[in-house]
Amino acid sequence: MNLTLHIWRQKNEKSPGRLVKYKVENISPDQSFLEMIDQLNQGLIEKGEEPVAFDHDCREGICGACSMVINGVPHGPQRGTTTCQLHMRKFRDGDTLYVEPFRARAFPVLRDLVVDRSGLDRIQQAGGYVSVNTGAAPDGNAILVPKAEADTAFDAASCIGCGACVAACKNASAMLFIAAKLGQLAHLPQGQPERTRRTVAMVEQADREGFGSCTNYYECEAVCPKNIPARFIAEMNRDYLRAALLSREFDAQKPPAGDDT
Amino acid sequence: MPTSTPPASAAAERKSDLRLDAKVPGGPIAAKWRTYQSQLKLINPANKRKYTVIVVGTGLAGASAAASLGELGYSVECFCFQDSPRRAHSIAAQGGINAAKNYQNDGDSVFRLFYDTVKGGDFRAREANVYRLAEVSNLIIDHCAAQGVPFAREYGGTLANRSFGGAQVSRTFYARGQTGQQLLLGAYGALNRQIQAGRVRMHPRTEMLDLVMVNGQARGIITRDLCTGQLARYTGHAVVLATGGYGNVFYLSTNAAGCNVTATYRAYKRGALFANPCFTQIHPTCIPASGEHQSKLTLMSESLRNDGRIWVPRRAGDTRRPEQIPEAERDYYLERKYPSYGNLSPRDIASRAAKQVCDEGRGVGPVVAGRARGVYLDFDDAVRRLGKDTISQRYGNLFDMYQKITGEDPYQTPMRIYPASHYTMGGLWVDYNLMSNLPGLHVIGEANFSDHGANRLGASALMQGLADGYFILPYTLGHYFAANKLAPVTTDHPAFADAEQQVAERTGKLLGIKGRRSPDSFHRELGGLLWDHCGMAREAAGLQQALQRIPELREEFWHNLRVQGDSGELNQELERAGRVADFLEFAELMCRDALDRQESCGGHFRSEHQTEDGEALRDDERFCHVSAWKYEGPGRPPELVREPLVFESVKLAQRSYK
Repeated sequence: MNLTLHIWRQKNEKSPGRLVKYKVENISPDQSFLEMIDQLNQGLIEKGEEPVAFDHDCREGICGACSMVINGVPHGPQRGTTTCQLHMRKFRDGDTLYVEPFRARAFPVLRDLVVDRSGLDRIQQAGGYVSVNTGAAPDGNAILVPKAEADTAFDAASCIGCGACVAACKNASAMLFIAAKLGQLAHLPQGQPERTRRTVAMVEQADREGFGSCTNYYECEAVCPKNIPARFIAEMNRDYLRAALLSREFDAQKPPAGDDT
Repeated sequence: MPTSTPPASAAAERKSDLRLDAKVPGGPIAAKWRTYQSQLKLINPANKRKYTVIVVGTGLAGASAAASLGELGYSVECFCFQDSPRRAHSIAAQGGINAAKNYQNDGDSVFRLFYDTVKGGDFRAREANVYRLAEVSNLIIDHCAAQGVPFAREYGGTLANRSFGGAQVSRTFYARGQTGQQLLLGAYGALNRQIQAGRVRMHPRTEMLDLVMVNGQARGIITRDLCTGQLARYTGHAVVLATGGYGNVFYLSTNAAGCNVTATYRAYKRGALFANPCFTQIHPTCIPASGEHQSKLTLMSESLRNDGRIWVPRRAGDTRRPEQIPEAERDYYLERKYPSYGNLSPRDIASRAAKQVCDEGRGVGPVVAGRARGVYLDFDDAVRRLGKDTISQRYGNLFDMYQKITGEDPYQTPMRIYPASHYTMGGLWVDYNLMSNLPGLHVIGEANFSDHGANRLGASALMQGLADGYFILPYTLGHYFAANKLAPVTTDHPAFADAEQQVAERTGKLLGIKGRRSPDSFHRELGGLLWDHCGMAREAAGLQQALQRIPELREEFWHNLRVQGDSGELNQELERAGRVADFLEFAELMCRDALDRQESCGGHFRSEHQTEDGEALRDDERFCHVSAWKYEGPGRPPELVREPLVFESVKLAQRSYK
């Protein structure tokens, strides 16, 4: 296969970027999308040009590092698939492809296709866990979890933290990501004691990071490489509303007056 | 205990003055750890925050260690090269985690898990460490369940189990095909909680490039910020390496692209001993390479072997489609050769058997580099017996992944699999406290050598990473602090300046060569060389050939490398070049170790040493020891130091899975 690529090139966070046109030839349909970029890069190095920087690591769809927008769609045209698992047999000889970084105010571009997604980490630091110290656990089977609940928790837990949901959303909202993290623990008995606190803390942190609000476009669900359903967002909204109406922990999460961090 | 006679190799002829003390406590094996725990010295809770621990790596071992140490009150500086600690390669583990819970009432026990692990490792692991691993395995399941790890459950709400290679009990806990991700997210959550509490400072996109020794103690590291290129010095009272294995030395492996040997290899160059580097695991069930463009190989969980049957055509050169080959013309070679374990034979055995049938010309799938390298993993029987729904429940995500990569539907046509480099049992030498021979330098998880001997059983890597990080290091590290006097050290110490300067010079050198070949092209060539000569089967002539070729390749690297860009920016080629440079040195150590070990054991198969029917032939008289290598300076052969392995609780036997 021969392809024409338009790839976003940007030297660093501060400099402006632009789309640069490249041709790649003799691509095998069995190559992954990243292996196609590898081939482009080897060619660039041989010509003495700087290769395209992009995040990738496991190349088997689970680490969540790869993050390209291909022809306007995060992770490209195949549903439920990360860029690293997207194979060139999904494209046709002669295609023209536009490859851009995940774009959002909360994801500054560091170089070319590499963006800073540390905001997602900080959201989880705000409360995305069960507070149990090592050594404090009862026997594994002392906590019974009905299979259906365990399966639902797992569906949410399969989120790989890639940020495609943010990149696809016109509000750059991280709500599907947060809802997946919350949904896992909300469906398990272990997650109940901190459920309200966790919901409020993570949602508020997302606001501080500059992620937008959800206005129910469901673009996130459409691009999620793990097919996480948007109904987890509804569950999250319910928990957040309940906290706002009933919980004393809601105000406790608000920063003190005059503190705008 | 038989004493080892030194084999004839240049390195071994020098007399070692270094004695390795594994510091294994006395007493019966079942009581060692508990007794030892009660004797370990403690640090007052109010004083713990005065101790800084540097943890490098955030996979299962590193994240669990950093979190647990933070919970205890220590100050932790934690580093990973990925953009988020959650992306460390433990995330990709699929199959499961072992524990001796005996929830299935099928006769499991701590002793049985211990015995299976020692036997699976072909009696080349340290007995006391393995027993402790089996002992704490149950605590891991309890802790992870309490964290909210969504393990598979039965309808009654209890935890589900499945069986795995090398065991005849069902002791593997799992979370669909994502056990690694779910366990790592648990540890990452615990780590996040400590970051939020201010007890762990997290440094993502930061790579450790050297270890700093002060007055004979490990007291710090030099790092490079991968976004800005800035070098930095960090000091602590101890350094913990949780930097994973070196399987990427083969270029094609199931490891993530970033996995590397750099942290452990640089520690080796600072005096830490590297143990059993030739013990590498080739995993039998990976998707075969589809062409020359291949950048990595994808693992298909070993759990598939529970229901899949492995076969090749009986006749060499049979190019019919699998469904056109009648039952009588198929060779279910694992079931034929190993009737009692069959498709669940341990990894090393299943891998070699696959290589053997492909070498006979009976491989299936595309011909890459002159040979079809693949065998069928067939679910036809299982689908007929259990129904498509059950199979899809068990393996749905793995089947989807296979289809995405190959474009073939495994419900319709058998999967094709072939062995690939997957895990490395070798690593930095550690004692019972998980401390290397360098005081203060602790090594946990895949980065150390201790628990898997010459072959790791499935679902044991996750167990070991979490055992080390949650339940062992937090005890032994406190003891190290309490028992040793650690003078205050700042980053102004000349040892830091020296190390930083060396790192800077090396970076400058990599950028200054301005040759013609990319780091990747050297890595690919090195990987091919090792796969041929130090892969699934090894022999003296091939290893000697590799030992001659590697220095030549390294020489070319340092004269003909091309790295674009400069050091003060995000430069992925520069990162890669540094890692390939280390692989080019480390590969030699690996081949040297493989040449020295004139026996076959576990994943180390020397063709000269096999039984009549082609099984690994150990030599307990001469090689019942750990081979630990000591760096002697550039251009000089390393010194071999042996730790004899003494087995008091198990009898050495030839492994049989027939």
